[in-house]
Amino acid sequence: MAIEVRIPTILRTHTGGNKVVTGSGETLSALVDDIDGQHPGIKGRLVTDEGKLHRFVNVYVNDEDVRFTGALDTALKDGDSVTILPAVAGG
Amino acid sequence: MLRIDRASYDAIVAHARRDHPDEACGVVAGPEGSDRPERFIPMLNAARSPTFYEFDSGDLLRLYREMDDRDEVPVVVYHSHTATEAHPSRTDISYASEPFAHYVLVSTREHGDQTGLVGDVVEFRSFRIVDGVVTEEDVDVVESYLFGHSPTTVVYD
Repeated sequence: MAIEVRIPTILRTHTGGNKVVTGSGETLSALVDDIDGQHPGIKGRLVTDEGKLHRFVNVYVNDEDVRFTGALDTALKDGDSVTILPAVAGG
Repeated sequence: MLRIDRASYDAIVAHARRDHPDEACGVVAGPEGSDRPERFIPMLNAARSPTFYEFDSGDLLRLYREMDDRDEVPVVVYHSHTATEAHPSRTDISYASEPFAHYVLVSTREHGDQTGLVGDVVEFRSFRIVDGVVTEEDVDVVESYLFGHSPTTVVYD
């Protein structure tokens, strides 16, 4: 099982500058744990202490924003592509 | 310092005027590593608010895919303030996540349609926002990037 994860500029400090990393997991939550094992610290940038996705960050599985597909419980399958993008927002 | 061409500068100001009293937002993309804003991309403010802006999540994905395909980065990320000065707010700072971008803030609080004054002004300022630290920088508006280059052979025919 291989899932490609696209990493935004601000998180590349955790991935040695790599734009794309590969991980595995049956759900987004499991994938984040797997990626964090390879690139420590990345989970804390995506998931709050309460175990929810940070509101500053958007995560997509293929073309779908996971907010609409079950957030961290979103199911993944081999060949899926995950994209992480920081929200562009402000006041 | 932000060096930006006149056309992009004018397009940002025009967008801010047009969307007033809501906040306007967008990016000016440029080739990765160039620090040169070239391609003006106005974005929809999904919040449609005078006090908040947010790129729609689907638009955001399409924008970054497109920039990626073209080897571009968001050189400028701009938005307007419609009642306050052109300086990053606390919310702006908490969301800022492009350490290499120039965050352009424009303020339409004193633009003509708002005040009815003839001498209308749209403030235009640029900042770096890195790890929550805001640093203002100079803005150099050039008529064209061509003239900012070191001299090369120019053939007139």
